[in-house]
Amino acid sequence: MNQLASAHTSAAPFDVESVRQQFPALEQIVHGQPLVYLDSAATALKPQAMIEAVTWAYARDSANVHRGVHQLSQRATDSFEAAREKVRRFINAREAKECVFVRGTTEALNLVASCHGSRLRAGDEVLISELEHHSNIVPWQLACERSGARLVVAPITDSGELDMNAYAERLCERTRIVAVSHASNTLGSILPIKEIARLAHERGAVVVVDGAQAAPHLPIDVQELGVDFYAFSGHKLYGPTGIGVLYGRRELFAKLPPYQGGGSMIRIVTFEKTTYQGLPERFEAGTPHIAGAIGLGAAIDFLNGIDADARALHEQDLLDYGTRLLEAIPGVRLIGTAREKIGVLSFVVDGIHPHDLGTIVDTAGVAIRTGHHCTQTLMARFGVPATARASLGLYNNRRDLDVLAAAIHKAQEMFR
Amino acid sequence: MSDLRELYQEMILDHGRRPRNYRFPDPANREADGHNPLCGDRLTIKLLFDDGIVKDVGFQGAGCAISTAAASTMTEVVMGKSAEEVEAVFQNYHALVTGTGGDADTLGKLAVFAGVAEFPMRVKCATLCWHTLRAALQGRPEAVSTEEDDISE
Repeated sequence: MNQLASAHTSAAPFDVESVRQQFPALEQIVHGQPLVYLDSAATALKPQAMIEAVTWAYARDSANVHRGVHQLSQRATDSFEAAREKVRRFINAREAKECVFVRGTTEALNLVASCHGSRLRAGDEVLISELEHHSNIVPWQLACERSGARLVVAPITDSGELDMNAYAERLCERTRIVAVSHASNTLGSILPIKEIARLAHERGAVVVVDGAQAAPHLPIDVQELGVDFYAFSGHKLYGPTGIGVLYGRRELFAKLPPYQGGGSMIRIVTFEKTTYQGLPERFEAGTPHIAGAIGLGAAIDFLNGIDADARALHEQDLLDYGTRLLEAIPGVRLIGTAREKIGVLSFVVDGIHPHDLGTIVDTAGVAIRTGHHCTQTLMARFGVPATARASLGLYNNRRDLDVLAAAIHKAQEMFR
Repeated sequence: MSDLRELYQEMILDHGRRPRNYRFPDPANREADGHNPLCGDRLTIKLLFDDGIVKDVGFQGAGCAISTAAASTMTEVVMGKSAEEVEAVFQNYHALVTGTGGDADTLGKLAVFAGVAEFPMRVKCATLCWHTLRAALQGRPEAVSTEEDDISE
């Protein structure tokens, strides 16, 4: 640990300019202005090394995996499985086989809700939090409709933190599954997953975590967190779209029925009876997104090449700076003021609908998200139809936030 | 910036801030709900349709300046018109805001929405109210969505 700490402190400070140079999308001019990209919570921009890894996978090692005996197939298989090992290290899973490649967080959560959800019975309960993305609500609603189980919601506070007392009260012997976000895509709040998991396990519940927003910003250690399932997407992690990961503890994965049937996931097929592969192939029917997995591995390599502590400091500094900047603008109200946050700034401006704001700041070259952010229940909770959301990536700098603030002023002038 | 001024003309800002006919007619005999699931905009339109004529019309809902101004100006324009006349105005307006044609000279105050054509992401804001009105006139009270096949842009 001491060695690690000293290795980190001796690392070079975070150099945002050299990081920016690795993202070709940042070279663009939008509406005559240099692009200010503040929508990384929707999808992150891509580093050149990741783009080249995907290109290489298609240009050279363009073969299917786990199928042929020829040279290209061997190379593709090696790269694909090497990516799985990179994922394992990234989240500190015990073994790479516990990391199943899926399309993204949404599919990962649907897989758990469908397969683990098939064990639900009438009278059981699934406990989620009030700040969940639709992808961690709707799959559980579907599982509850199929089984007769009940969906229970743990409330959040006005600042956007999970109310831990209310959460503990809602846990009971009927709770079979606890499904929560590690970090909120709308509010930025970081949830105390370790404590949530500890309490859930005391009641014998299985813990499923939506890590889509946390994975790009926080160190992820599934063993330390003590979670049973952990889902995240490649594209928010500076990797390709269409690839994601579902981590699951082997003991739990082993009890689940298959998700989709098809090639790769079988052992012996006859018309009378089919037997299935073990992990991870049982849950990877059909040709996987090979280049996507390799690209995700390259994105992880890219992140590993940057000092994690320095990156965390940089992102925290930006969040603090952006928070002060927006709070200083009269008429701007931040939605989501938890003590522990990732770089997400949701806000509303008096007298300006978020969509009008989005269009106006876009003409200044600023990309933000406007709308309900796939959290309609949160919009209702805070009494707003929609919000504007600026979300940060490791390539953002203070200037980006200054440009946003100036664009908000311009919108206020226009709507005065 | 010039495109932006073109989009947010003073009349649009005014109708966005102070929508006209922001109330429901009483009595009313036709109504429909409109919803844009991508952005969360919702509105309800109610009208009194009598002798083939829009005798009264009003709306309520939550939306951006473009969608509010579109609904506000629409209620003013269609008041007193027949269903056929409303349809003709809609077709002309739709062509204008999608940049596929339209005759701004015959659209009266609706011509201020010409700037929308430069912002394809905002076309639905300007047309949701019209789709909803057409549904009400056609006696289809079930909610209209911008994301359903039956609404072609």
